[in-house]
Amino acid sequence: MIGRSEAAVPSTPPTAGTPAPRWLWLVAAAVLIPAAVPFLALVVRVGGDGAAALDVLWSARTLRLIGNTTALVAAVSVSDLVIGIGAAWLTTRTDLPWRRGWAVLAALPLVIPSYVIAMALRSAFGPRGLLADLTGIGFPIINGFPGAWLALTVATYPFVYLVAAAAMRKMGRSQEEAARGLGAGRWRVFRTVILPHLRPSVSAGVLLAALYTLSDFGAVSLMRFDAFTRVVYAQYAGRLDRTTASVLAVILVGLAAAVLVLEQRTRGRAAYHTPAPEAPAPPVPLSGAGRLAGTGILAALAAVSLLLPIGVLATWLGKGGGAPIPWGAVAGSIAGAGAAALVAGLAAAPVSVLVVRHRSRASAWVERVSYALFALPHLTVALAVVFFASRWLGGLYQSLTLLVLVYASIFFAQALAAGRAALLQVNPHLEEASRGLGRGALATMVGVTVPLVWRGLAAGALLVFLTTMKELPATLLLRPTGFDTLAVGIWSAADNLQYAAAAAPALLLIAVSAVPAYLLAARSHDR
Amino acid sequence: MTAEPIPAKTPAIRCTGLTKRFGETVVLDGFDLTVPAGSILGLLGPSGSGKTTALRIIAGFEKPDAGTVEIAGRTMVSRTAWVPPERRRVGMVFQDYALFPHLSVATNIGYGVPGPGRDARVAAALHLVGLHGAAARYPHELSGGEQQRVALARALAPQPDVVLLDEPFSNLDAPRRDRMRRDVRTILTEARATTVFVTHDQEEALAMSDAVAVMRHGRVLQVDEPSTLYRRPADCWVARFLGEAEFVAGTARHGSIDTPLGSFPAAEGLAGPVEVMIRPESVEILPGGDDATVTDREYYGHDQLVTLRMNDGSRLLSRIGPYPPVAPGERVGVLIREIVAFGAAPGHQHGG
Repeated sequence: MIGRSEAAVPSTPPTAGTPAPRWLWLVAAAVLIPAAVPFLALVVRVGGDGAAALDVLWSARTLRLIGNTTALVAAVSVSDLVIGIGAAWLTTRTDLPWRRGWAVLAALPLVIPSYVIAMALRSAFGPRGLLADLTGIGFPIINGFPGAWLALTVATYPFVYLVAAAAMRKMGRSQEEAARGLGAGRWRVFRTVILPHLRPSVSAGVLLAALYTLSDFGAVSLMRFDAFTRVVYAQYAGRLDRTTASVLAVILVGLAAAVLVLEQRTRGRAAYHTPAPEAPAPPVPLSGAGRLAGTGILAALAAVSLLLPIGVLATWLGKGGGAPIPWGAVAGSIAGAGAAALVAGLAAAPVSVLVVRHRSRASAWVERVSYALFALPHLTVALAVVFFASRWLGGLYQSLTLLVLVYASIFFAQALAAGRAALLQVNPHLEEASRGLGRGALATMVGVTVPLVWRGLAAGALLVFLTTMKELPATLLLRPTGFDTLAVGIWSAADNLQYAAAAAPALLLIAVSAVPAYLLAARSHDR
Repeated sequence: MTAEPIPAKTPAIRCTGLTKRFGETVVLDGFDLTVPAGSILGLLGPSGSGKTTALRIIAGFEKPDAGTVEIAGRTMVSRTAWVPPERRRVGMVFQDYALFPHLSVATNIGYGVPGPGRDARVAAALHLVGLHGAAARYPHELSGGEQQRVALARALAPQPDVVLLDEPFSNLDAPRRDRMRRDVRTILTEARATTVFVTHDQEEALAMSDAVAVMRHGRVLQVDEPSTLYRRPADCWVARFLGEAEFVAGTARHGSIDTPLGSFPAAEGLAGPVEVMIRPESVEILPGGDDATVTDREYYGHDQLVTLRMNDGSRLLSRIGPYPPVAPGERVGVLIREIVAFGAAPGHQHGG
């Protein structure tokens, strides 16, 4: 039904229309302020105490932390690139048997949080791990840097895989055939045509993976690897030193900014789009050995990223001998994530109208701030909120309300991006027609805009639900006493090496996440 | 040049000094327009002349950088006032119709009509545009012409003070366009709605309007009845924009104008060098004469357009009836029935 109006979306003038109603700004402020203001306060405070900050920065330990974290991010990015592009090529550009099935399996680890993967690796390997039990062979223990590297690679390679596969599917055959016609062999075509074509999208995928790794707390803490997040949390939880925790948290933000700048630099300036839709390239025929190798690679990937975690969890569940289902944590996870998704989804409608229909310098800043809050390490934001709330917001400190508002604030970018994309598909004349027919801005949004974009808003809210369910550090720091979630349950049990107690909540978390993940995947296939 | 406001009646629309820029581009530059109540005004100009922006400012979808808009005597925009679009009582018909895709035809039309009496008003509007049977259908199930009727009915149903149409017929194919023009004019006249419609099509503007305002570079150059506008354009640019014309240089003195094509009577007081416009319709061909050679002919059926080379070498166009057919190479006589002279007076220099 929307098809017709999509066809005739007119070009919007550079400074569109009339000034935005004030309440749109109020909604944008209300959803962004809970994370933005405490964060700014933290930065100002650390900056204001320059001498102390420099002391912490130039200490040998901080430099070692920077080295550790940088090495981890770099290693994970490289392995993500190799696995992500390799799996994408095998599943989209070859005649590998069952490639559609492999394509789905390769994306699935996205629903398994890093700390569940880390827990599975730790408890499976080692001289007294599950694998040793099973086989009688003493496997080496996996922890520290290699452990964190492996766990985070499994958790983040789908970011690269998904964008690379999408780009390869869209890439027509003309460029490739032109290169072959000019005498280039398969490998040279891959290197000089396919890889450069993938660069912009893959670069964005690696950016997501790198930021995820930088902010990750669960996997590095379970692997006992001294990355920034683990040390910041230890400083905070041990009530050792607020200043050190604050300074380290701000340095972590500096690293995130450096990653962003680096990504911008490597993206390059050439344009890589294919002008018109063209015939898809025929699949590359694999030899018998090639098929065997390709299948082996994808099977090994699925074994490590899916079979191992699920198998380990199932085994522990059996060993636990009917450990009670943590209904309180299930309820807490669903309530917290559901409320955050609701807040973000509801706010996304007016804020999308603000940034799409009332484009201005100020509304562009609303967009930038929401993306920045999403990219910031959650641990830093959570720490900032703790400091700010304990000092200024007595009643709200450690309340569920504050936790939900902070969730909505840091994940709002996901809802906004979905709402914005949906609204861009809607002819602005429809809203103008409604205004001209006597309906005010609010009535127009309810009667025309929302009915036309609600699918996009719902998809954004689902995404917020999914990420909030898996969120760990902010939940650990901000949850009210007695409020349990699955993520906290898994992490604290695994941190105490009580793997059997972590199994049930981990399987539940994966099961509950699978529902919105399935809905989102089904939706993207519809298009 | 502004159309005379109907005495003892407030004009339906009065715009003064509207100015609007988008970044570096000046779209409106001192736009003045007065539309008498109950009339149909065509806002005509080439693309980029700012006509759609003017319409959107009247409707309240854009805010001007300067200038004022009054509708039915109420100030809508000024330095201090701003009335949002929903309180302007203006009905807008968009070029792409902008029907709500999620609402049925009847709900679309009733959208702007408040509660009680809505059904009756929707029925009346459907009747007015001749779509009685379509109430329950959805926009995507309608043809382009039907969608346009629904858009018009939706704009008229709340009984607005003013109806605005943006390039209303540009999305229709030629045969349907001619019918829709007649139908829409009938509907608007029946509804007694003050109407402004934007177009870049000269014929459309002249055929549909009680008065036409010609725009260029963000301002109104001339407002007049269609026939006056065509026969007495304010300057060479307007003359050329409204239809085919040839220009020759001449000299005016003592109530007559001398040109290479002969002498013509002139208004008293006109003196000095002038540009003389000759429309093809004013040029008659006399068989057996010896004033010009036919160099080309386009035969349209209802008439023919003949290109002539005059004996002095200048070119002239003539539109004559279908008979007798003339052939290239033929020698003919020429009679020029009417001319318009443009002096070098200020305000008459746009043609260049």
